[in-house]
Amino acid sequence: MDLVTEVRRGNLRAIARAISLIEDLEPEAEGLVDALYPYTGRSRILGITGSPGAGKSSLVDRLITLERQQGRKVAVIAVDPSSPFSGGAILGDRLRMQTHATDRGVFIRSMASRGFLGGVAATTGDAIKVLDAAGYDSIFIETIGVGQTEIKIVELSDIVLLVLMPGAGDEIQAMKAGIMEIGDIFIINKKDLPGADKLLTEVQYVLSFKSSAAGAGREGDGAAGVDPKDIDNPVLMTSAARPARAVHEDGIEQLREAIDNYARKIESSGRLSEKRHFRLERELLGILNRKVHQLMDVHIEVSKQLPEWADRLYRRDSRPYALINEQIRNFLKERTGD
Amino acid sequence: MAAKKTRILIAKPGLDGHDRGAKFIARALRDEGYEVIYTGIRQTPEAIAQTAIQEDVDFVGLSLLSGAHNELFPRVVDLLAESGAGDIVVFGGGIIPEEDIPSLKDRGIVAIFGPGTTTQQIVEFLESARESS
Repeated sequence: MDLVTEVRRGNLRAIARAISLIEDLEPEAEGLVDALYPYTGRSRILGITGSPGAGKSSLVDRLITLERQQGRKVAVIAVDPSSPFSGGAILGDRLRMQTHATDRGVFIRSMASRGFLGGVAATTGDAIKVLDAAGYDSIFIETIGVGQTEIKIVELSDIVLLVLMPGAGDEIQAMKAGIMEIGDIFIINKKDLPGADKLLTEVQYVLSFKSSAAGAGREGDGAAGVDPKDIDNPVLMTSAARPARAVHEDGIEQLREAIDNYARKIESSGRLSEKRHFRLERELLGILNRKVHQLMDVHIEVSKQLPEWADRLYRRDSRPYALINEQIRNFLKERTGD
Repeated sequence: MAAKKTRILIAKPGLDGHDRGAKFIARALRDEGYEVIYTGIRQTPEAIAQTAIQEDVDFVGLSLLSGAHNELFPRVVDLLAESGAGDIVVFGGGIIPEEDIPSLKDRGIVAIFGPGTTTQQIVEFLESARESS
């Protein structure tokens, strides 16, 4: 079967196969991604991130239902960590989304991080392209439970949803520099738990600094009593776990509206195209780095020579920068020679 | 640079809620380096087959203790075949009476593991099945 044609036709088996080829770094993956690339750029890509147990999977589950009611096709990539010891993984995010398992308009794929740090897998970006080309209207990327530095998701998504929960309130201050900076929409899940209102205040407080620091002007200067509606980044309170006590109080519908509004806003303001340009730059840089690395590895046989280089340093026969500079010079000389 | 990982779906069809065995196997297989997708309890054969296809797994391991294995296990095999995914190897475990095993094997469940099975036995099965595929 022709994988590209079948992926574009929405053949589930072909889509799943294509993602595996990419994950497994098979030689044909590069050609596949390039062949699909012209058909990408139509999906809305939503990153969902937040600490472990905040309710990311449950939120995705609920949002899928609303998207389906609008007749939109939805795909999910849920990333869980690989064991650094065995390389294995237990991928359990879809457990909370299994009500959608037989819906042909929903495609859910679990992905192990396979040693990549940053909250997603190294190949998540290319897997997104497969789903984009296959015609999914919305693609949700659920990261592994993150701390402060796993922020690769910002390089993959149009909109980042940051999911927080009460009980971690005092840590918000510490999070200012890392994860608080990457969220577009802030969600305080488990809003019925004590401390939810305090967390809301803290998030709004931190965000008020952010908008004034960015010189956004009309967003206010971080004074007390900032109306959340005036803040550029929406902050919402939700209760994602089923069954909600009262459906109209769980905040999920409001979240969907906030996502749609935000999407419209960034599209008309040019921010979306800006984000996508940034993403492509990061992506090209990533490919370039990887390729250069591979090229060097093949030609100077880095992994083979490494012990010998280390030994030269150990014996103080050479110095770190001198040694590497010399290797690069030799490499470049050889390359221009052929 | 290819780095093919074996992916396994561990699923619980039917209505029993006892997933200790399934979770034990999932963890043991992770520790052996496999990527294990776990669906949770009370899955229909349709949901299991669709999940296996979307996750592009090499194996589906079914765990069942309610006694409905004669109906539900072969149904998963049939649904996979109908979707053009007959190459996915299905095996089972749980409380399966000895006399049911031959007919389950006839209907496409490649192996059945009962109580007392060691991780090593399952790993040997997985590895030999991968080599012969």
